[in-house]
Order: sequence, then structure tokens, then C-alpha cells
Amino acid sequence: MSAEASLLTLLTTTPLFAVGLTLAAYLLGSGLFQRLKRPSWLPAILIAALLLAGALALIGLPYATYQQGATWLTVLLGPATVALGMPLYQQLPRIVELWRPLAICLPVAATLAAFYSLAIAWLLGSSDTILASIAAKSVTAPIAIGITEQLGGTVALLLGALLVTGVITIPCVSLAARWLDIDDDRLIGFALGLNGHAIGTVRAFELSPTAGAFASLGMSLTGIFTAVLLPLAWRLVGMGS
Amino acid sequence: MPVLSGFLWLISYWLIGEVVIHFTALPISSGVIGMLLLCATLAVRGRVPTSIAAAAQPLIALLAMLIMPGVVGVFFIIGELAGQWTAILIALVLGTLLSVFTTLWLLKRLIGQPYVR
Repeated sequence: MSAEASLLTLLTTTPLFAVGLTLAAYLLGSGLFQRLKRPSWLPAILIAALLLAGALALIGLPYATYQQGATWLTVLLGPATVALGMPLYQQLPRIVELWRPLAICLPVAATLAAFYSLAIAWLLGSSDTILASIAAKSVTAPIAIGITEQLGGTVALLLGALLVTGVITIPCVSLAARWLDIDDDRLIGFALGLNGHAIGTVRAFELSPTAGAFASLGMSLTGIFTAVLLPLAWRLVGMGS
Repeated sequence: MPVLSGFLWLISYWLIGEVVIHFTALPISSGVIGMLLLCATLAVRGRVPTSIAAAAQPLIALLAMLIMPGVVGVFFIIGELAGQWTAILIALVLGTLLSVFTTLWLLKRLIGQPYVR
């Protein structure tokens, strides 16, 4: 074993290496994002993820090893999701005000969020496994993983689909808002959370707390709705068999 | 230490979510159940305790960093799906664009009047 390889083995015996790498990539990515004047087509998380992937490839650290160490960070996703209950509560009066339009919009929009992409992928001749992997593309990661396993898709591909969807949702929402002449943080936030799950929600919190709360609402409702209905719909179409 | 007790609250709600899922077999993540429970508790109490705010705010700010390790995984499966990527990307990008337009159009039709900030 060469000197560098044994050094890498030594460093990766502790999860702190993966944690430090993630923090460094995140801080660098956020710094670059500010430097580039916060472009909506290149969110901070994409810059950071590219830096991190580049760093892993450069030092030859296998993704599985990195992921194992990074569990020390990702385990915090649980309490962080719970924490979203706070902005949700703070915006409750505004949400209650709009419960009727939101309740009508959600089932239609959440269904279409999955349907459009599935229809296009099917027309382009994608395999059943790929369809099952991208079906939950607008659902927040912890829920989407469960759905994808139920449908028989690949979780790694799902996470890729989540990244692409989340990142592309941000410029799509600014474009659509300009076209439809919408300047309401509640609507923009809800659309960001419904279509762009956690990545869209993070973006919404950058816009305003109101947008963030509506995004958390959109994200959680889409997650629950899709988790309950998508596996059922899948069985009805006869995909699962 | 308000941060620590707030953090303990968040963890407890998440664990309650796990228990609820275990007994009901709901296909929802425990984080979402915990979030709804936390929101309901705060609504009953009528205010946000300082401890929960102290723990929740920094965690929400870090959400992007917490999903990063999973996101990076996609760069390592690119090779496995050679030849399929164009179809997948077209489906995701076009599908998302269409669905964002539908969502916003629908919301505008349903809500109509502009919101005064």
C-alpha cells in the first residue's frame, strides 16, 4: 500500500473526515454563490455538491466510504424536518386563510408533478425501472426513498432525479412567475415546495419567511399525498406486477 | 441550555413519529409526522418556546448542507446509466417546467387577488 493510500485509510477511519469535507464544500459553495451574486440557475447546493464530488474523485475516496462518515450529518435531517413545524405554525393564520384554494390545487398539482415527467419518459422509451425511480421526483428525500423502494426503483437514480428536479424548479418558478405576472410570496413558496421539495424550500427561505413556510407546507403535503396515492396508482396501471 | 432542550424536543418528536409509523404502517416519514405534531403542539400552546426556536432556526438554516451527502451520490451513478440520461433529463426538466407552470397558473386562478405585503 502506498503512503497516500494508507494516509487516506487512516483519515477515513473517523467520520470527522467526511464531516469536515462536507462542511468545507458547503462553506466554499456558499461563498462562491455570494460572489457570483446569487444566480437562480446555479443554486449554492449545486456548486457545493460539484465541489464535493470533485474533491472525492481527486483524493480517490469511494462514495460509499464517504457516505458512511457523512451519516453523522445526515442523521440530523430527521430533527431538521421536525423543526420545519415551527415556521409552519408561525404562518398558520395565512395558511388557514387560503386552505380552500390550496386544498383544491394540491391533489391536481402533485399528481401532475409526477405524471408529466413519467409520460415524457415513457414516450421516450424509458424502462420500467427508470420510471419507478423518477416517479417520486418532487417528493422530499426521506419520503421519496420509501416510495421508490415500494415501486421497485433505484434509490441512487431517485436521488439524482431529486437533485435535477430541485435545481431546475428554481429557475422554472422565477420564469413562470414572471410570465404569469405573479408577485406573491405565498404562491411562489408553495410552488417551490410542491415541485422542488427540500431544495425548493431552502430557496424559498432565502426569499422570505412567508415563502419558506408555504414551501414547507407544499413540500409536506405533496410528500404525504404522493406517498399514499402513488403506490396505489402504480398498482392500478399494472406497473408493479 | 435552551438549545439543548429544544434539540431534545425535536428528537423526541421524531422518535414519536417512528413509533406512530411502527404501529400504523403509514407510508410517511417520521420527520413529517414529527413536523405536523410539533406544529399542532405549538398551535395548542399558542406560542413558540425560546428553546425550540433556538434549536429549530439553526437546523433549518443548515437543511441544504444536510441533504448534500445524498445529492453527491448522483455523480457516482452517471456511468451506470449511460445512454439513458438524455431521456431522463428531458423528462425531468420538461416535466418540472410544465408542472411548475400548472401549479402557479392554478394557484393564480384560485386565489386571484394580489397579496399586500
